[in-house]
Amino acid sequence: MARRMDHLGLRTAMADRLLPVLVAAMSFLAALAIAGTLAAASLAAQWNHDTGIDLTVQVPEPGDNAVGGSTPREQAVYDILAKSPQVQAPHVLSAAEINNLLRPWLGADVASLGMPVPAVITAQWVGSGSPDGLRTALDAVAPGTLAETGERWAARVAALTASLQASALSVLLIVALVAVAVVAVATRAGLAQRREAVEIIHGLGALDSDIASRFARRATMLTAIGSLLGTACALPVLFWLANLAAPFSGVVANTAWPVLPPVLWLILPTIPLMAAAIGWVTTQQTVRGWLRRLK
Amino acid sequence: MVRFDDVWLQYHRSSGAVGTESPAIISHMSFEIPQGGFRWLTGTSGAGKTSVLKLMYLAEQPSRGKIELLGTNAASMERREAALLRRRIGVVFQDFRLLEHLSAFDNVALPMRLARRTEGQVKSDVTELLHWVGLAGKMERRPAELSGGEQQRVAIARAVVNRPKLFLADEPTGNLDDAQADRLMMLIIGLNKMGTTVVVATHSKRLVAEYPAPRLEIARGMLALDESLVWGR
Ligand SMILES: Nc1ncnc2c1ncn2[C@@H]1O[C@H](COP(=O)(O)OP(=O)(O)OP(=O)(O)O)[C@@H](O)[C@H]1O
Ligand SMILES: [Mg+2]
Repeated sequence: MARRMDHLGLRTAMADRLLPVLVAAMSFLAALAIAGTLAAASLAAQWNHDTGIDLTVQVPEPGDNAVGGSTPREQAVYDILAKSPQVQAPHVLSAAEINNLLRPWLGADVASLGMPVPAVITAQWVGSGSPDGLRTALDAVAPGTLAETGERWAARVAALTASLQASALSVLLIVALVAVAVVAVATRAGLAQRREAVEIIHGLGALDSDIASRFARRATMLTAIGSLLGTACALPVLFWLANLAAPFSGVVANTAWPVLPPVLWLILPTIPLMAAAIGWVTTQQTVRGWLRRLK
Repeated sequence: MVRFDDVWLQYHRSSGAVGTESPAIISHMSFEIPQGGFRWLTGTSGAGKTSVLKLMYLAEQPSRGKIELLGTNAASMERREAALLRRRIGVVFQDFRLLEHLSAFDNVALPMRLARRTEGQVKSDVTELLHWVGLAGKMERRPAELSGGEQQRVAIARAVVNRPKLFLADEPTGNLDDAQADRLMMLIIGLNKMGTTVVVATHSKRLVAEYPAPRLEIARGMLALDESLVWGR
Protein backbone atom coordinates (compact mmCIF):
# COMPACT_ATOMS: atom_id res chain seq x y z
CA MET A 1 0.00 0.00 0.00
CA ALA A 2 1.48 3.29 -1.08
CA ARG A 3 0.65 5.86 1.55
CA ARG A 4 -1.47 5.42 4.61
CA MET A 5 -4.64 7.40 4.01
CA ASP A 6 -6.22 9.16 6.92
CA HIS A 7 -9.77 8.78 5.52
CA LEU A 8 -11.33 9.51 8.85
CA GLY A 9 -9.20 12.48 9.80
CA LEU A 10 -8.16 10.70 12.98
CA ARG A 11 -4.92 12.64 13.21
CA THR A 12 -6.94 15.57 14.49
CA ALA A 13 -9.89 13.74 15.98
CA MET A 14 -8.29 11.44 18.51
CA ALA A 15 -6.98 13.49 21.42
CA ASP A 16 -3.33 13.26 20.58
CA ARG A 17 -2.03 14.69 23.83
CA LEU A 18 -4.34 13.65 26.60
CA LEU A 19 -4.34 9.93 25.82
CA PRO A 20 -0.53 9.50 25.77
CA VAL A 21 -0.16 11.59 28.93
CA LEU A 22 -2.72 9.52 30.84
CA VAL A 23 -1.23 6.27 29.59
CA ALA A 24 2.24 7.56 30.53
CA ALA A 25 1.05 8.22 34.09
CA MET A 26 -0.39 4.73 34.35
CA SER A 27 2.71 3.09 32.92
CA PHE A 28 4.75 4.99 35.48
CA LEU A 29 2.60 3.52 38.26
CA ALA A 30 2.81 0.07 36.70
CA ALA A 31 6.62 0.26 36.58
CA LEU A 32 6.77 1.24 40.25
CA ALA A 33 4.36 -1.52 41.22
CA ILE A 34 6.35 -4.14 39.34
CA ALA A 35 9.63 -2.90 40.78
CA GLY A 36 8.07 -2.93 44.24
CA THR A 37 6.95 -6.53 43.90
CA LEU A 38 10.36 -7.63 42.73
CA ALA A 39 12.12 -5.67 45.49
CA ALA A 40 9.87 -7.19 48.14
CA ALA A 41 10.54 -10.65 46.79
CA SER A 42 14.30 -10.27 46.68
CA LEU A 43 14.49 -8.60 50.10
CA ALA A 44 12.42 -11.42 51.53
CA ALA A 45 14.72 -14.01 50.00
CA GLN A 46 17.74 -12.16 51.38
CA TRP A 47 16.32 -11.88 54.89
CA ASN A 48 15.18 -15.46 54.95
CA HIS A 49 18.67 -16.47 54.05
CA ASP A 50 20.24 -14.26 56.74
CA THR A 51 17.92 -15.08 59.58
CA GLY A 52 17.10 -18.67 58.87
CA ILE A 53 20.30 -20.13 60.23
CA ASP A 54 20.86 -18.02 63.32
CA LEU A 55 20.10 -19.28 66.80
CA THR A 56 20.17 -16.78 69.64
CA VAL A 57 19.77 -17.99 73.21
CA GLN A 58 19.29 -15.61 76.10
CA VAL A 59 19.79 -16.85 79.65
CA PRO A 60 18.49 -14.51 82.36
CA GLU A 61 20.32 -14.61 85.71
CA PRO A 62 23.17 -16.56 84.20
CA GLY A 63 25.05 -16.90 87.49
CA ASP A 64 22.29 -18.63 89.46
CA ASN A 65 22.27 -22.36 89.92
CA ALA A 66 20.62 -24.49 87.33
CA VAL A 67 17.67 -26.67 88.34
CA GLY A 68 18.72 -29.71 90.34
CA GLY A 69 22.42 -28.98 90.51
CA SER A 70 25.12 -26.51 91.33
CA THR A 71 26.27 -25.65 87.77
CA PRO A 72 25.50 -22.04 86.78
CA ARG A 73 22.50 -21.73 84.48
CA GLU A 74 24.65 -20.29 81.69
CA GLN A 75 27.01 -23.26 81.83
CA ALA A 76 24.16 -25.78 81.93
CA VAL A 77 22.57 -24.23 78.85
CA TYR A 78 25.89 -24.12 77.03
CA ASP A 79 26.48 -27.80 77.74
CA ILE A 80 23.16 -28.79 76.25
CA LEU A 81 23.82 -26.68 73.16
CA ALA A 82 27.27 -28.11 72.73
CA LYS A 83 25.92 -31.66 72.92
CA SER A 84 22.99 -31.11 70.55
CA PRO A 85 23.72 -32.34 67.00
CA GLN A 86 21.31 -29.72 65.56
CA VAL A 87 23.38 -26.89 66.94
CA GLN A 88 26.84 -25.95 65.80
CA ALA A 89 29.51 -23.58 67.02
CA PRO A 90 27.87 -22.20 70.17
CA HIS A 91 29.60 -19.06 71.27
CA VAL A 92 29.09 -17.17 74.51
CA LEU A 93 29.15 -13.47 73.87
CA SER A 94 31.61 -11.60 76.04
CA ALA A 95 30.53 -8.59 78.06
CA ALA A 96 32.25 -6.36 75.50
CA GLU A 97 30.35 -7.99 72.61
CA ILE A 98 27.05 -7.58 74.42
CA ASN A 99 27.93 -4.00 75.13
CA ASN A 100 28.65 -3.41 71.43
CA LEU A 101 25.33 -4.92 70.47
CA LEU A 102 23.27 -2.98 72.95
CA ARG A 103 25.01 0.40 73.08
CA PRO A 104 23.28 1.77 69.97
CA TRP A 105 19.91 1.00 71.53
CA LEU A 106 20.67 2.10 75.09
CA GLY A 107 22.88 5.05 74.26
CA ALA A 108 25.27 4.17 77.11
CA ASP A 109 27.44 1.40 78.43
CA VAL A 110 25.45 -1.48 79.77
CA ALA A 111 27.57 -1.71 82.88
CA SER A 112 27.04 1.95 83.77
CA LEU A 113 23.26 1.44 83.79
CA GLY A 114 23.43 -1.31 86.34
CA MET A 115 20.88 -3.37 84.48
CA PRO A 116 20.58 -7.10 84.85
CA VAL A 117 21.96 -8.37 81.57
CA PRO A 118 21.22 -11.89 80.39
CA ALA A 119 23.94 -14.05 78.98
CA VAL A 120 23.72 -14.40 75.22
CA ILE A 121 24.88 -17.47 73.33
CA THR A 122 24.82 -17.44 69.53
CA ALA A 123 25.04 -20.55 67.39
CA GLN A 124 24.11 -21.96 64.01
CA TRP A 125 20.83 -23.85 63.83
CA VAL A 126 21.28 -26.73 61.43
CA GLY A 127 18.20 -28.69 62.44
CA SER A 128 15.14 -28.76 60.31
CA GLY A 129 11.99 -27.06 61.50
CA SER A 130 11.67 -25.10 64.71
CA PRO A 131 13.80 -25.72 67.79
CA ASP A 132 10.85 -26.55 70.08
CA GLY A 133 12.47 -29.66 71.49
CA LEU A 134 15.58 -27.69 72.29
CA ARG A 135 13.52 -25.01 74.01
CA THR A 136 11.91 -27.55 76.34
CA ALA A 137 15.30 -29.01 77.22
CA LEU A 138 16.80 -25.60 77.93
CA ASP A 139 13.80 -24.47 79.95
CA ALA A 140 14.03 -27.57 82.10
CA VAL A 141 17.52 -26.69 83.34
CA ALA A 142 17.20 -22.89 83.22
CA PRO A 143 13.59 -21.69 83.29
CA GLY A 144 13.05 -18.44 81.45
CA THR A 145 15.65 -19.13 78.78
CA LEU A 146 14.71 -17.84 75.35
CA ALA A 147 15.87 -19.59 72.19
CA GLU A 148 15.05 -17.86 68.91
CA THR A 149 15.78 -18.73 65.36
CA GLY A 150 14.86 -16.53 62.43
CA GLU A 151 11.78 -18.67 61.79
CA ARG A 152 9.34 -16.26 63.33
CA TRP A 153 10.95 -13.45 61.36
CA ALA A 154 10.87 -15.53 58.27
CA ALA A 155 7.14 -16.08 58.72
CA ARG A 156 6.54 -12.36 59.22
CA VAL A 157 8.68 -11.44 56.24
CA ALA A 158 6.80 -13.97 54.11
CA ALA A 159 3.46 -12.51 55.20
CA LEU A 160 4.70 -9.00 54.51
CA THR A 161 6.00 -9.98 51.09
CA ALA A 162 2.75 -11.71 50.20
CA SER A 163 0.69 -8.67 51.14
CA LEU A 164 3.09 -6.32 49.31
CA GLN A 165 2.82 -8.47 46.23
CA ALA A 166 -0.96 -8.64 46.51
CA SER A 167 -1.19 -4.86 46.69
CA ALA A 168 1.23 -4.44 43.79
CA LEU A 169 -0.86 -6.85 41.73
CA SER A 170 -4.06 -5.00 42.56
CA VAL A 171 -2.34 -1.74 41.59
CA LEU A 172 -1.43 -3.34 38.25
CA LEU A 173 -4.97 -4.59 37.78
CA ILE A 174 -6.49 -1.20 38.59
CA VAL A 175 -3.99 0.55 36.32
CA ALA A 176 -4.93 -1.81 33.49
CA LEU A 177 -8.66 -1.26 34.06
CA VAL A 178 -8.23 2.50 34.16
CA ALA A 179 -6.18 2.26 30.94
CA VAL A 180 -9.03 0.35 29.29
CA ALA A 181 -11.50 3.00 30.44
CA VAL A 182 -9.30 5.88 29.26
CA VAL A 183 -8.80 4.31 25.83
CA ALA A 184 -12.52 3.57 25.52
CA VAL A 185 -13.44 7.15 26.41
CA ALA A 186 -10.88 8.58 23.97
CA THR A 187 -12.19 6.28 21.23
CA ARG A 188 -15.78 7.28 21.89
CA ALA A 189 -14.79 10.95 21.79
CA GLY A 190 -13.03 10.32 18.46
CA LEU A 191 -16.11 8.51 17.13
CA ALA A 192 -18.38 11.33 18.24
CA GLN A 193 -16.16 13.87 16.55
CA ARG A 194 -15.88 11.84 13.33
CA ARG A 195 -19.40 10.50 13.40
CA GLU A 196 -20.32 11.82 9.98
CA ALA A 197 -17.13 10.62 8.32
CA VAL A 198 -17.59 7.17 9.86
CA GLU A 199 -21.20 7.04 8.64
CA ILE A 200 -20.16 8.07 5.13
CA ILE A 201 -17.37 5.52 4.92
CA HIS A 202 -19.69 2.85 6.31
CA GLY A 203 -22.21 3.85 3.63
CA LEU A 204 -19.56 3.46 0.95
CA GLY A 205 -19.12 -0.15 1.98
CA ALA A 206 -16.23 -0.07 4.44
CA LEU A 207 -16.15 -3.22 6.57
CA ASP A 208 -16.47 -2.85 10.33
CA SER A 209 -12.98 -4.29 10.56
CA ASP A 210 -11.63 -1.59 8.20
CA ILE A 211 -13.03 1.19 10.34
CA ALA A 212 -12.11 -0.44 13.64
CA SER A 213 -8.52 -1.02 12.52
CA ARG A 214 -8.14 2.60 11.49
CA PHE A 215 -9.10 3.73 14.98
CA ALA A 216 -7.11 0.92 16.60
CA ARG A 217 -3.92 1.76 14.72
CA ARG A 218 -4.12 5.33 15.90
CA ALA A 219 -4.95 4.39 19.50
CA THR A 220 -2.21 1.76 19.62
CA MET A 221 0.37 4.26 18.45
CA LEU A 222 -0.73 6.84 21.02
CA THR A 223 -0.78 4.36 23.91
CA ALA A 224 2.57 2.85 22.94
CA ILE A 225 4.23 6.25 22.79
CA GLY A 226 2.66 7.34 26.08
CA SER A 227 3.62 4.12 27.77
CA LEU A 228 7.23 4.28 26.55
CA LEU A 229 7.50 7.79 27.96
CA GLY A 230 5.91 6.84 31.28
CA THR A 231 8.11 3.77 31.72
CA ALA A 232 11.20 5.79 30.82
CA CYS A 233 10.23 8.41 33.39
CA ALA A 234 10.00 5.68 36.03
CA LEU A 235 13.64 4.62 35.49
CA PRO A 236 15.30 7.48 37.45
CA VAL A 237 12.90 6.84 40.32
CA LEU A 238 13.69 3.14 40.25
CA PHE A 239 17.42 3.86 40.33
CA TRP A 240 16.90 6.21 43.23
CA LEU A 241 14.88 3.60 45.14
CA ALA A 242 17.43 0.91 44.36
CA ASN A 243 20.07 3.22 45.76
CA LEU A 244 18.07 3.77 48.95
CA ALA A 245 17.46 0.08 49.37
CA ALA A 246 21.02 -0.97 48.58
CA PRO A 247 22.14 -1.33 52.24
CA PHE A 248 19.19 -3.64 52.91
CA SER A 249 19.24 -5.65 49.77
CA GLY A 250 22.89 -6.51 50.27
CA VAL A 251 23.89 -5.05 46.92
CA VAL A 252 27.27 -3.44 47.27
CA ALA A 253 26.53 0.16 46.37
CA ASN A 254 29.99 1.41 45.66
CA THR A 255 29.37 1.84 41.95
CA ALA A 256 28.30 5.29 40.77
CA TRP A 257 25.17 3.74 39.26
CA PRO A 258 23.02 1.55 41.43
CA VAL A 259 22.13 -1.73 39.80
CA LEU A 260 18.58 -2.74 38.92
CA PRO A 261 17.75 -6.42 39.14
CA PRO A 262 18.13 -8.07 35.71
CA VAL A 263 14.57 -9.44 35.86
CA LEU A 264 13.34 -5.86 35.95
CA TRP A 265 15.12 -5.15 32.68
CA LEU A 266 13.17 -8.03 31.18
CA ILE A 267 9.82 -7.04 32.64
CA LEU A 268 9.86 -3.25 32.13
CA PRO A 269 9.74 -3.45 28.29
CA THR A 270 6.55 -5.50 28.56
CA ILE A 271 4.70 -2.46 29.98
CA PRO A 272 4.58 -0.58 26.63
CA LEU A 273 3.68 -3.86 24.93
CA MET A 274 0.81 -4.42 27.35
CA ALA A 275 -0.33 -0.81 26.91
CA ALA A 276 -0.28 -1.18 23.14
CA ALA A 277 -2.27 -4.41 23.41
CA ILE A 278 -4.82 -2.72 25.68
CA GLY A 279 -5.03 0.15 23.16
CA TRP A 280 -5.60 -2.19 20.23
CA VAL A 281 -8.14 -4.52 21.80
CA THR A 282 -10.14 -1.84 23.61
CA THR A 283 -10.41 0.36 20.52
CA GLN A 284 -11.44 -2.54 18.30
CA GLN A 285 -14.18 -3.55 20.74
CA THR A 286 -15.38 0.03 21.28
CA VAL A 287 -15.58 0.85 17.57
CA ARG A 288 -17.24 -2.43 16.62
CA GLY A 289 -19.79 -1.96 19.39
CA TRP A 290 -20.50 1.57 18.23
CA LEU A 291 -20.81 0.57 14.57
CA ARG A 292 -23.57 -1.88 15.41
CA ARG A 293 -25.97 1.06 15.64
CA LEU A 294 -25.44 1.68 11.92
CA LYS A 295 -27.50 -0.57 9.72
CA MET B 1 -32.44 -5.84 -10.14
CA VAL B 2 -34.44 -4.10 -7.42
CA ARG B 3 -37.68 -5.49 -6.07
CA PHE B 4 -39.95 -4.04 -3.37
CA ASP B 5 -42.60 -6.39 -2.05
CA ASP B 6 -45.23 -4.64 0.13
CA VAL B 7 -42.58 -2.52 1.83
CA TRP B 8 -43.34 -0.29 4.82
CA LEU B 9 -41.00 2.06 6.63
CA GLN B 10 -41.37 3.70 10.01
CA TYR B 11 -38.60 5.89 11.36
CA HIS B 12 -37.79 5.20 15.00
CA ARG B 13 -38.42 8.41 16.80
CA SER B 14 -35.75 9.40 19.26
CA SER B 15 -37.99 11.99 20.91
CA GLY B 16 -41.74 12.25 21.36
CA ALA B 17 -44.25 10.76 23.75
CA VAL B 18 -43.83 7.14 24.76
CA GLY B 19 -46.33 4.77 23.25
CA THR B 20 -47.21 6.90 20.24
CA GLU B 21 -46.63 4.91 17.09
CA SER B 22 -44.50 6.84 14.65
CA PRO B 23 -46.42 7.06 11.34
CA ALA B 24 -45.44 4.93 8.37
CA ILE B 25 -43.42 7.09 5.97
CA ILE B 26 -43.60 4.43 3.27
CA SER B 27 -46.46 1.96 2.93
CA HIS B 28 -47.87 -0.68 0.57
CA MET B 29 -44.94 -0.23 -1.78
CA SER B 30 -44.39 -2.90 -4.43
CA PHE B 31 -42.48 -2.54 -7.69
CA GLU B 32 -39.72 -4.16 -9.66
CA ILE B 33 -36.87 -2.65 -11.68
CA PRO B 34 -35.06 -5.14 -13.94
CA GLN B 35 -31.26 -5.16 -14.10
CA GLY B 36 -30.21 -2.40 -16.49
CA GLY B 37 -33.49 -0.52 -16.05
CA PHE B 38 -33.81 3.25 -15.67
CA ARG B 39 -36.47 4.92 -13.46
CA TRP B 40 -37.27 8.46 -12.58
CA LEU B 41 -38.44 8.81 -8.98
CA THR B 42 -40.82 11.77 -8.69
CA GLY B 43 -43.17 13.25 -6.16
CA THR B 44 -43.72 16.40 -4.15
CA SER B 45 -41.35 17.46 -1.42
CA GLY B 46 -41.79 15.19 1.61
CA ALA B 47 -43.51 12.48 -0.44
CA GLY B 48 -40.84 9.90 0.47
CA LYS B 49 -38.35 9.81 -2.44
CA THR B 50 -35.26 10.00 -0.22
CA SER B 51 -36.77 7.39 2.08
CA VAL B 52 -37.25 4.95 -0.81
CA LEU B 53 -33.64 5.51 -1.89
CA LYS B 54 -32.41 4.96 1.71
CA LEU B 55 -34.08 1.56 1.67
CA MET B 56 -32.30 0.83 -1.61
CA TYR B 57 -28.84 1.73 -0.32
CA LEU B 58 -29.38 -0.14 2.94
CA ALA B 59 -29.36 2.89 5.22
CA GLU B 60 -32.75 1.80 6.53
CA GLN B 61 -34.41 -1.55 7.04
CA PRO B 62 -38.08 -1.88 6.11
CA SER B 63 -40.35 -2.33 9.12
CA ARG B 64 -42.46 -4.65 6.96
CA GLY B 65 -42.15 -6.31 3.58
CA LYS B 66 -39.26 -7.60 1.54
CA ILE B 67 -36.56 -5.89 -0.50
CA GLU B 68 -34.39 -7.67 -3.02
CA LEU B 69 -31.25 -5.92 -4.27
CA LEU B 70 -28.94 -7.26 -7.00
CA GLY B 71 -30.19 -10.75 -6.33
CA THR B 72 -29.96 -10.78 -2.54
CA ASN B 73 -32.60 -10.43 0.13
CA ALA B 74 -31.77 -7.24 2.01
CA ALA B 75 -33.24 -8.41 5.31
CA SER B 76 -31.30 -11.63 5.76
CA MET B 77 -27.84 -10.21 5.15
CA GLU B 78 -24.76 -10.43 7.34
CA ARG B 79 -23.04 -7.12 8.12
CA ARG B 80 -20.09 -8.08 5.94
CA GLU B 81 -22.33 -9.08 3.07
CA ALA B 82 -24.19 -5.77 3.36
CA ALA B 83 -20.90 -3.83 3.25
CA LEU B 84 -19.81 -5.69 0.12
CA LEU B 85 -23.20 -5.05 -1.47
CA ARG B 86 -22.91 -1.32 -0.67
CA ARG B 87 -19.68 -1.26 -2.70
CA ARG B 88 -21.72 -2.23 -5.77
CA ILE B 89 -24.21 0.59 -5.20
CA GLY B 90 -23.24 4.14 -6.16
CA VAL B 91 -25.17 6.89 -4.38
CA VAL B 92 -25.36 10.65 -4.95
CA PHE B 93 -26.88 12.09 -1.79
CA GLN B 94 -29.16 15.10 -1.73
CA ASP B 95 -26.66 16.75 0.68
CA PHE B 96 -23.56 15.30 -1.10
CA ARG B 97 -22.00 13.86 2.08
CA LEU B 98 -18.40 14.53 1.08
CA LEU B 99 -15.61 14.14 3.62
CA GLU B 100 -14.65 17.68 4.58
CA HIS B 101 -11.02 16.95 5.45
CA LEU B 102 -10.24 15.21 2.14
CA SER B 103 -9.48 16.78 -1.25
CA ALA B 104 -11.83 16.29 -4.21
CA PHE B 105 -9.39 13.69 -5.53
CA ASP B 106 -9.30 11.71 -2.26
CA ASN B 107 -13.09 11.88 -1.90
CA VAL B 108 -13.56 10.35 -5.34
CA ALA B 109 -10.77 7.84 -4.70
CA LEU B 110 -12.37 6.62 -1.48
CA PRO B 111 -14.60 3.83 -2.89
CA MET B 112 -11.68 2.49 -4.95
CA ARG B 113 -9.35 2.53 -1.98
CA LEU B 114 -11.94 0.80 0.21
CA ALA B 115 -12.10 -1.87 -2.49
CA ARG B 116 -8.28 -2.12 -2.25
CA ARG B 117 -7.54 -1.11 -5.83
CA THR B 118 -3.94 -0.27 -6.68
CA GLU B 119 -2.84 3.35 -6.33
CA GLY B 120 -1.93 3.43 -10.03
CA GLN B 121 -5.43 2.41 -11.00
CA VAL B 122 -6.91 4.86 -8.51
CA LYS B 123 -4.85 7.71 -9.94
CA SER B 124 -5.74 7.10 -13.57
CA ASP B 125 -9.46 6.42 -13.00
CA VAL B 126 -10.03 9.30 -10.60
CA THR B 127 -8.09 11.79 -12.71
CA GLU B 128 -10.02 10.81 -15.82
CA LEU B 129 -13.36 11.06 -14.10
CA LEU B 130 -12.60 14.45 -12.54
CA HIS B 131 -11.56 15.71 -15.98
CA TRP B 132 -14.84 14.45 -17.34
CA VAL B 133 -16.93 16.33 -14.77
CA GLY B 134 -14.88 19.48 -15.41
CA LEU B 135 -12.86 19.59 -12.20
CA ALA B 136 -9.42 18.93 -13.66
CA GLY B 137 -7.91 22.06 -12.11
CA LYS B 138 -9.53 21.60 -8.71
CA MET B 139 -8.60 18.07 -7.74
CA GLU B 140 -6.67 19.11 -4.63
CA ARG B 141 -9.39 21.43 -3.28
CA ARG B 142 -11.42 20.50 -0.24
CA PRO B 143 -15.22 20.52 -0.47
CA ALA B 144 -15.41 23.81 1.44
CA GLU B 145 -13.33 25.43 -1.32
CA LEU B 146 -15.75 24.30 -4.05
CA SER B 147 -19.07 25.74 -5.21
CA GLY B 148 -22.30 23.83 -4.62
CA GLY B 149 -22.37 22.57 -8.20
CA GLU B 150 -18.71 21.55 -8.04
CA GLN B 151 -19.33 19.61 -4.84
CA GLN B 152 -22.26 17.91 -6.51
CA ARG B 153 -20.02 16.84 -9.39
CA VAL B 154 -17.48 15.44 -6.93
CA ALA B 155 -20.29 13.48 -5.29
CA ILE B 156 -21.38 12.16 -8.69
CA ALA B 157 -17.84 11.15 -9.60
CA ARG B 158 -17.50 9.30 -6.28
CA ALA B 159 -20.77 7.45 -6.96
CA VAL B 160 -19.72 6.14 -10.37
CA VAL B 161 -15.99 5.57 -9.88
CA ASN B 162 -16.39 1.89 -8.94
CA ARG B 163 -18.71 1.20 -11.92
CA PRO B 164 -21.65 0.27 -9.66
CA LYS B 165 -24.33 -2.24 -10.58
CA LEU B 166 -26.97 0.01 -9.05
CA PHE B 167 -26.77 3.81 -9.30
CA LEU B 168 -29.02 5.93 -7.09
CA ALA B 169 -29.12 9.70 -7.29
CA ASP B 170 -31.13 12.03 -5.06
CA GLU B 171 -31.75 15.32 -6.88
CA PRO B 172 -28.36 15.16 -8.62
CA THR B 173 -28.90 18.22 -10.78
CA GLY B 174 -30.23 20.52 -8.07
CA ASN B 175 -27.15 22.75 -8.15
CA LEU B 176 -26.20 22.35 -11.82
CA ASP B 177 -26.93 24.56 -14.81
CA ASP B 178 -28.66 22.98 -17.83
CA ALA B 179 -25.39 22.31 -19.67
CA GLN B 180 -23.84 20.58 -16.64
CA ALA B 181 -27.07 18.67 -16.02
CA ASP B 182 -26.99 17.41 -19.61
CA ARG B 183 -23.36 16.32 -19.24
CA LEU B 184 -24.33 14.46 -16.10
CA MET B 185 -27.22 12.76 -17.90
CA MET B 186 -24.80 11.60 -20.61
CA LEU B 187 -22.66 10.03 -17.91
CA ILE B 188 -25.65 8.32 -16.27
CA ILE B 189 -27.04 7.08 -19.58
CA GLY B 190 -23.60 5.72 -20.49
CA LEU B 191 -23.47 3.88 -17.18
CA ASN B 192 -27.01 2.59 -17.76
CA LYS B 193 -26.09 1.34 -21.25
CA MET B 194 -23.29 -0.72 -19.70
CA GLY B 195 -25.87 -2.54 -17.57
CA THR B 196 -26.17 -0.47 -14.41
CA THR B 197 -29.65 -0.13 -12.95
CA VAL B 198 -30.39 3.58 -12.42
CA VAL B 199 -32.87 5.35 -10.16
CA VAL B 200 -32.86 9.17 -10.15
CA ALA B 201 -35.07 11.18 -7.81
CA THR B 202 -35.80 14.62 -9.23
CA HIS B 203 -38.10 17.59 -9.20
CA SER B 204 -36.91 18.69 -12.65
CA LYS B 205 -39.72 18.45 -15.21
CA ARG B 206 -37.27 19.47 -17.94
CA LEU B 207 -34.98 16.53 -17.27
CA VAL B 208 -37.84 14.02 -17.19
CA ALA B 209 -39.18 15.43 -20.44
CA GLU B 210 -35.84 15.39 -22.25
CA TYR B 211 -34.72 11.97 -21.12
CA PRO B 212 -37.84 9.84 -21.32
CA ALA B 213 -37.91 6.81 -19.04
CA PRO B 214 -40.57 5.18 -16.82
CA ARG B 215 -41.52 7.21 -13.76
CA LEU B 216 -42.21 5.94 -10.27
CA GLU B 217 -44.46 8.62 -8.80
CA ILE B 218 -44.74 8.75 -5.03
CA ALA B 219 -47.44 10.51 -3.08
CA ARG B 220 -47.66 10.49 0.72
CA GLY B 221 -45.39 7.46 0.99
CA MET B 222 -47.31 5.34 -1.48
CA LEU B 223 -46.67 4.44 -5.08
CA ALA B 224 -49.14 6.61 -7.01
CA LEU B 225 -48.00 5.61 -10.48
CA ASP B 226 -45.64 2.99 -11.93
CA GLU B 227 -45.10 3.93 -15.57
CA SER B 228 -43.06 0.82 -16.30
CA LEU B 229 -46.39 -1.06 -16.36
CA VAL B 230 -47.52 1.34 -19.09
CA TRP B 231 -44.17 1.29 -20.90
CA GLY B 232 -44.25 -2.44 -20.80
CA ARG B 233 -40.79 -2.82 -19.44
N1 LIG C 1 -35.01 10.45 9.89
C1 LIG C 1 -36.30 10.74 9.85
N2 LIG C 1 -37.08 10.60 10.94
C2 LIG C 1 -38.37 10.85 10.92
N3 LIG C 1 -39.04 11.29 9.82
C3 LIG C 1 -38.34 11.46 8.70
C4 LIG C 1 -36.93 11.20 8.65
N4 LIG C 1 -36.50 11.47 7.39
C5 LIG C 1 -37.61 11.88 6.70
N5 LIG C 1 -38.69 11.87 7.47
C6 LIG C 1 -40.05 12.21 7.03
O1 LIG C 1 -40.41 11.32 6.03
C7 LIG C 1 -41.17 11.96 5.02
C8 LIG C 1 -40.54 11.71 3.67
O2 LIG C 1 -39.26 12.31 3.64
P1 LIG C 1 -38.28 12.18 2.42
O3 LIG C 1 -37.00 12.79 2.80
O4 LIG C 1 -38.25 10.77 1.99
O5 LIG C 1 -39.02 13.09 1.35
P2 LIG C 1 -38.56 13.49 -0.14
O6 LIG C 1 -39.60 12.98 -1.05
O7 LIG C 1 -37.17 13.05 -0.36
O8 LIG C 1 -38.64 15.08 -0.07
P3 LIG C 1 -37.69 16.17 -0.81
O9 LIG C 1 -38.19 16.24 -2.22
O10 LIG C 1 -38.01 17.43 -0.07
O11 LIG C 1 -36.32 15.72 -0.70
C9 LIG C 1 -41.18 13.43 5.39
O12 LIG C 1 -42.43 13.70 5.95
C10 LIG C 1 -40.12 13.58 6.41
O13 LIG C 1 -40.50 14.54 7.35
MG1 LIG D 1 -35.38 14.03 -0.58
